[in-house]
Amino acid sequence: MQALLDVFDIYLLEAVINGILLGGVLALLALGLNLIFGVIDVTWICYAELVMIGMYAMYFMVQYYGVSYFVAAPLTILLVALLGAALHYLVIAPLLTAPPINQLLATGGVLFVLQSFATVAFGIDFRNLGIRLPVLAFGDMNFSYARLLSFVAALVGMVAVYLFMTRTFTGTAIRAISQDRQIMALMGVDAKRIYLITSALGGALAGLAACLLVLQYDVHPFVGLSFGPITFLICVLGGLGNFIGGFIAAFLFAEIISLGGLFSDLEWGYVLAFAFFIVMMFIRPAGLLARRR
Amino acid sequence: MLELRTVNAGYGTFPALFDLDLDVKAGEAVGVIGPNGAGKTTLMRVISGLIRPARGSIKMEGVDVVATPAHKIVSLGIAHVPENRRLFPQLTVDDNLKMGAFLKEARDHYAERLEVVFGLFPRLKERRHQMAGTMSGGEQQMCAIGRALMSNPKLLLLDEPSAGLAPVVVQQVFELVKRIRASGLTVLIVEQNVQQVLKVVDRAYLIEAGTIRASGTSAEMLASDTVKEAYLGV
Repeated sequence: MQALLDVFDIYLLEAVINGILLGGVLALLALGLNLIFGVIDVTWICYAELVMIGMYAMYFMVQYYGVSYFVAAPLTILLVALLGAALHYLVIAPLLTAPPINQLLATGGVLFVLQSFATVAFGIDFRNLGIRLPVLAFGDMNFSYARLLSFVAALVGMVAVYLFMTRTFTGTAIRAISQDRQIMALMGVDAKRIYLITSALGGALAGLAACLLVLQYDVHPFVGLSFGPITFLICVLGGLGNFIGGFIAAFLFAEIISLGGLFSDLEWGYVLAFAFFIVMMFIRPAGLLARRR
Repeated sequence: MLELRTVNAGYGTFPALFDLDLDVKAGEAVGVIGPNGAGKTTLMRVISGLIRPARGSIKMEGVDVVATPAHKIVSLGIAHVPENRRLFPQLTVDDNLKMGAFLKEARDHYAERLEVVFGLFPRLKERRHQMAGTMSGGEQQMCAIGRALMSNPKLLLLDEPSAGLAPVVVQQVFELVKRIRASGLTVLIVEQNVQQVLKVVDRAYLIEAGTIRASGTSAEMLASDTVKEAYLGV
């Protein structure tokens, strides 16, 4: 009996820790999306597809051209940052004053364009980096090294964004512009430039997420669907545009998925997470920490 | 210093200013008075570039303001404290002041400017880590003026600094305006509170329906029958 209880506890602890590790990357994705929504007031439906493009960039650089992972990663982050800026410049900026539904449709269109582009250009094969990272054994618990690395890198990324947003003039302007866009010119701030920087930053976060996810998942044109919807749920649950809410919701979701997977299959973890989301939407329709306006 | 000639401006097809001429000389404090909807706020916004004139010229120390992009007008030395203060309510006092010093030139002197502003408003230093939106109306007005001063302007535009404040606080705000004047800044101030503002400024313009109806020194304006009847209630 005692032995049974011990084993159970170990598995439980393992699942809890794996949930935390998963939460790190989800929180990173949610931060990028929340940043765009909170500052520019548009939703990038195609956010996860930017991640997909980043994963392909990693795959081709590492697997095809033999670039080292740690050289490829910053290049990928830069590439997706440029992609984010281009998305803003070409798609969002002309629609900035358009009704929100048009902006949604436009970024939704970009989603299909990116998926189709990847299908045509790269085919529908599942590809992976071919990097097999070891599994860490800690006592009787096993943790994937890739997950641990992802978690740490995601945290470092989020801390970097936090410092940028609070310590620099540009970061402060990004926070200010979401509160009063009209008077930014009186501060000598070019709102267009701040939006472009914000979009590049959102893209960079998607790029970082791509570098981390490619360690754990195969890349294919529809890989965005595996974590796009859950990122949106996290942002909505946390309160759209609320960074702290998104952070908390990411770990909440990750724990539900991980613990649900412990008691049954991993798929059931997702089902539980979605059910939890629906219930929470009835209790707190505006999200855990509704945006203060 | 500031020179407006036959300025016409409005919102869409709705005109708010007609052929308006106005001058502010260096070192002066000039008031703009007039009824609600006369175009006082539009006048301020057209100077700082928040709206662009349909016709006419605006020059700041000889530089064409109309041709300057809105976000570059601050660097000409014009700082605008907008109507209703328009602080960033969910940023701290520090961060609000930081936004005032966003310009490259101001950024380089950020620490000095902060000293100047805190010297002028010791209250802001006490409240520096507080969210701007949680302060009292008077403190918020100090913060809004402080934010404008962070850019080290030559000309300060004040739009209704006493609006929505308790009578005691209104007194304090006009005291502040006097102190800012004394520090050598040129001030253009829009006010509903005619009696108070005429005590602070050298000259004033009376604006009605988008044009200048009368102008003169404070003493002349106080003595003027038009002003007396319409705004002083005597």
